[in-house]
Amino acid sequence: MILALDIFEPYGFQFFRNGLVVATIAGALCGLLGVFVILRGMSYIGHGLSHAVFGGAAASAVMKVNYFLGAGIWGIVSGLLIARVARRRVIGADAAIGVVTTASFALGLALMNRYGQASKSIEAVLFGSVLGVKVVDIYAVSLVALLGLAVVVLGYRKLLFSTFDRDVAQVSNVRVSLVEAVLLAMISLTILVTMRVIGTLLISALLVIPAASARMTTNSFSRMLWISPIIGAVTCFVGMNLSYHLDTSASATIILLDAFVFVVVYAIAGTRNRAKMASLGHL
Amino acid sequence: MRQSILSNNESPLIACEHVSCTYGNSPVLHDVYLNINRREFVGIVGPSGSGKTTLLKAIIGSQPVAHGSITVQPELTIGYVPQIETVDWYFPVTVEEVIVMTRSKTQWWPRITTKERTAVREVLEKLGIADVAHRHIRELSGGQQQRVFLARAMFCQPDILVLDEPTAGVDVRTRHEILHLLADLHADGLTILLTTHDLNGLAAHLPRLVCFNKTILADGSPREVLTSKVLEATYGAPMEVLEHGGMPIVIDHGRVAMRGEGK
Ligand SMILES: Nc1ncnc2c1ncn2[C@@H]1O[C@H](COP(=O)(O)OP(=O)(O)OP(=O)(O)O)[C@@H](O)[C@H]1O
Ligand SMILES: [Mg+2]
Repeated sequence: MILALDIFEPYGFQFFRNGLVVATIAGALCGLLGVFVILRGMSYIGHGLSHAVFGGAAASAVMKVNYFLGAGIWGIVSGLLIARVARRRVIGADAAIGVVTTASFALGLALMNRYGQASKSIEAVLFGSVLGVKVVDIYAVSLVALLGLAVVVLGYRKLLFSTFDRDVAQVSNVRVSLVEAVLLAMISLTILVTMRVIGTLLISALLVIPAASARMTTNSFSRMLWISPIIGAVTCFVGMNLSYHLDTSASATIILLDAFVFVVVYAIAGTRNRAKMASLGHL
Repeated sequence: MRQSILSNNESPLIACEHVSCTYGNSPVLHDVYLNINRREFVGIVGPSGSGKTTLLKAIIGSQPVAHGSITVQPELTIGYVPQIETVDWYFPVTVEEVIVMTRSKTQWWPRITTKERTAVREVLEKLGIADVAHRHIRELSGGQQQRVFLARAMFCQPDILVLDEPTAGVDVRTRHEILHLLADLHADGLTILLTTHDLNGLAAHLPRLVCFNKTILADGSPREVLTSKVLEATYGAPMEVLEHGGMPIVIDHGRVAMRGEGK
């Protein structure tokens, strides 16, 4: 009885309930888009984008602009910029992305140092904070999740084709650049609405780990699109609860749980299925 | 430049004029003139790194052209079979999913429809691999892999098939089968353009052969093209050409030029 009460204790707090809803939806959303991130070898871009959005978040805080507006525009612009740079298969595209995003990150840090309320808010942005979650975040993450679902369902075939075989998709009149731009915009939006809970530094892990675990459980693209969001949502839900009872950071607990799931799947999958990971060698 | 074999007044399906391509600053194709006419069966041979894949990609439009122009007849549907090494075999898709992909412009519903399933079956049956439809693409032999991608190219009912090394990595028997398959498709009215490293097993059997190394060095029937002079210019190594039963046979001393064979 006491134990049961204990489990439900955090649910008495409004902030926890809000955080839990946002984190669970965010987990599903990141799991869904993560499938494309790992199959396209874009994990580095996810990492870079989250740092870029951080700059936008800081700038909008300083300029007293709405977070979603300021950081959103910033994120989408850097997403499109990265898409452009990445398309010009010049040697050093990686480095160029690194420059754009880390500069944006550094700018954010400097702005927060200079104008923000010192280290507390920086920590909140870097590692996420359940306390900072508001009702508007629930709307935002739900909206982006619905949008993400619509994009994946409506664009399923084009997304699959251009991910598997860009050249031939192009020959078959699929507008590959448009597909890639939409995907990047979706990833930017996801990062934007997830950042307040998970934080800049750990978002890319949420984009990569559930999808990588899902990849090891199946050889089917469509099944991967189911399994990965489920892993993402469940680990976020359980992780949030655990973090309350263990008094650990929510984002760290979630990512550790994801990593744990990955290790378990990896161990169970056996050597034959482990070969599937060879395709993710770039991670 | 060689005149087209067919003296029809139809303009070529594909016309490359003065084409060059570069990767960064290094030129890969240089001053390429090549016409492909309807119902032709053309093979391109040349050493590794000579730019064959780049030329095919320029023709299908996925490689930008630095100079010159490539004119493709409007409404032409191209079926492209990529070089097998460039495919990501670990990608989580089944054979059926790979083939249906080409319908992504006209169909958006994620699930494969019954009609599509039947169409896939038909194509696979035609290529003699009906039983692999639900396998993951890694669980196939080299010959089956080649045929799956040929099936994908056929699925959109193309006017022209463009194949990059269709017999790389297969044994002699499978090579024979693929060659016969292509000959049948050609007899049915399809235009075919392919590249190959296999001079004796494949190239010598084609009606028209192009020797290629950054630019076109010879263009004609195998008898015209497969001479030691042309081959030395193409491969940069001395090669001897014998004749056997009216067919040229290339003997290459020392170096292994025929990568596609027995790999
Ligand atoms: N994406 C790329 N970036 C830079 N250089 C490239 C790229 N792709 C090919 N090259 C270079 O262009 C040249 C031609 O390559 P290509 O793949 O067209 O040759 P190929 O004739 O098809 O060779 P193979 O017979 O080995 O398939 C090579 O020197 C290669 O190193
Ligand atoms: Mg090649």
